[in-house]
Amino acid sequence: MSQVGSETENKVNPPLWLLAELTYRCPLQCPYCSNPLEISKYQNELSTEDWVRVMQQARKMGATQLGFSGGEPLVRPDLEELIQEARSLGYYTNLITSGVGMDEARVKRFKDAGLDHIQISFQASDEELNNFLGGTKTFQHKKEMARIVKQYEYPMVLNIVIHRKNIDQIRDILDMTVELNADYVELASTQYYGWSRINVDQLLPTREQLARAELVAKEYQDKMKGKSKIIYVIPDYFENRPKPCMNGWGAIFLTIAPDGTALPCHEAGQLPIEFPNVKDFSISEIWNGSPGFNHFRGFGWMKEPCLSCPEKEKDFGGCRCQAFMMTGDAANADPVCDKSPYHQELLDDVERIAKLAEQEATHQVEVKPLVFRNMKNSKKIVKEAKTTADT
Amino acid sequence: MDGIHREKTTLLQLQIIMDINKTDIIEIAPTFRVQWEEVQDCFVVLYPEGMVKLSQSAGEIMKRVDGKTTIEAIIKDLETTFSENNLESDVIKFLEVAYESGWIRNRK
Repeated sequence: MSQVGSETENKVNPPLWLLAELTYRCPLQCPYCSNPLEISKYQNELSTEDWVRVMQQARKMGATQLGFSGGEPLVRPDLEELIQEARSLGYYTNLITSGVGMDEARVKRFKDAGLDHIQISFQASDEELNNFLGGTKTFQHKKEMARIVKQYEYPMVLNIVIHRKNIDQIRDILDMTVELNADYVELASTQYYGWSRINVDQLLPTREQLARAELVAKEYQDKMKGKSKIIYVIPDYFENRPKPCMNGWGAIFLTIAPDGTALPCHEAGQLPIEFPNVKDFSISEIWNGSPGFNHFRGFGWMKEPCLSCPEKEKDFGGCRCQAFMMTGDAANADPVCDKSPYHQELLDDVERIAKLAEQEATHQVEVKPLVFRNMKNSKKIVKEAKTTADT
Repeated sequence: MDGIHREKTTLLQLQIIMDINKTDIIEIAPTFRVQWEEVQDCFVVLYPEGMVKLSQSAGEIMKRVDGKTTIEAIIKDLETTFSENNLESDVIKFLEVAYESGWIRNRK
């Protein structure tokens, strides 16, 4: 494979993290899902043999952490087999799941296969909202699975994606995680990519909600110190500096989409860049030599204000996907940065949504309904995009 | 997936006052794993979605934590292996960090 000019001068460290998106099939329909809108296009999933080869090659290069994700990875009947292979290769194996598709017998099989850790997502702390957001009746089952996960002595992470519909319940959510004996709690503010991006008007919290939630999170961080680690990821739309996205492009993370497309992050598929497929290339060729993975390595690709910015080595100019979505050019500074000429547009948008939220709270307006993440809606979106492109 | 790639290359300098009993047998806590990583050329502590690289001396200590050996015996073994005296305070200092981080616990 050809290499891209001066960028090959940058030293490439091996990948540490392999995120295996086994499938985009999922029994849940969360409207904040970060999967691509085009999930319905991914019909040809990699085979067991493909995944085994990918895991072997990435492990040989030095990858240590392996995440089985999706979609819902439990949908894959070969999950036990993949876990066993991963563990024997020496990976620390993480299962990132909704818990739907799991029962005690399967948890036991995972344990026997050597799975290290299970992360269960909850949508909310009350049954009605949880089931509404997930589009299915799953709340009691999730709680039951969390108890079984602890019973089998797994370290347990509970992940709750936070947004305007559940942020005011944060105390109840944290009480629930205490009751379920979570070892780690990830309060993950929604990041607006994929499905959450098209639902941003309904999901973005207000500054006031965030300020209140942060206080509660802090209170529980102090209270649970030594018992449970509470990680509160604040939404970057309210920051003045961008996140060091993925710790740099092609620096640590390797994501493999269900069809075998290799990506530097699970959102990067939306960029107008060609990414290699594990069916055509080895992981080493992909990581070290592909134009896609070298595209934003180092600093040579940067434009102003990033290029001369003293903080460029700290945040790498932020998120390429966010820059692309908001400015049309992935090489621009992430508009979260207040040095970006597009930052004001972001602030205006946050302000516009705050007004919507206020009107919604006082019943002056009905904000448009959430678009749930499912194959039907995906097909519709893909079809509409095609129609727009054709005309 | 944003909080998943924290990597600490140096240990936190924690000042903890803790009674460490040298006759205790210590083990790696069940929610952590310690292993040698060829590519990193060091021992690492693995936990959900994270990894801490251990310095050479920290690695030498942690690889001796096997759920069968007392702290006293670990210190002695290290002193013999590296032909050094007075490693006790360094080892204890590291074990305080390891306890505080939840990596090790006393064998009951």
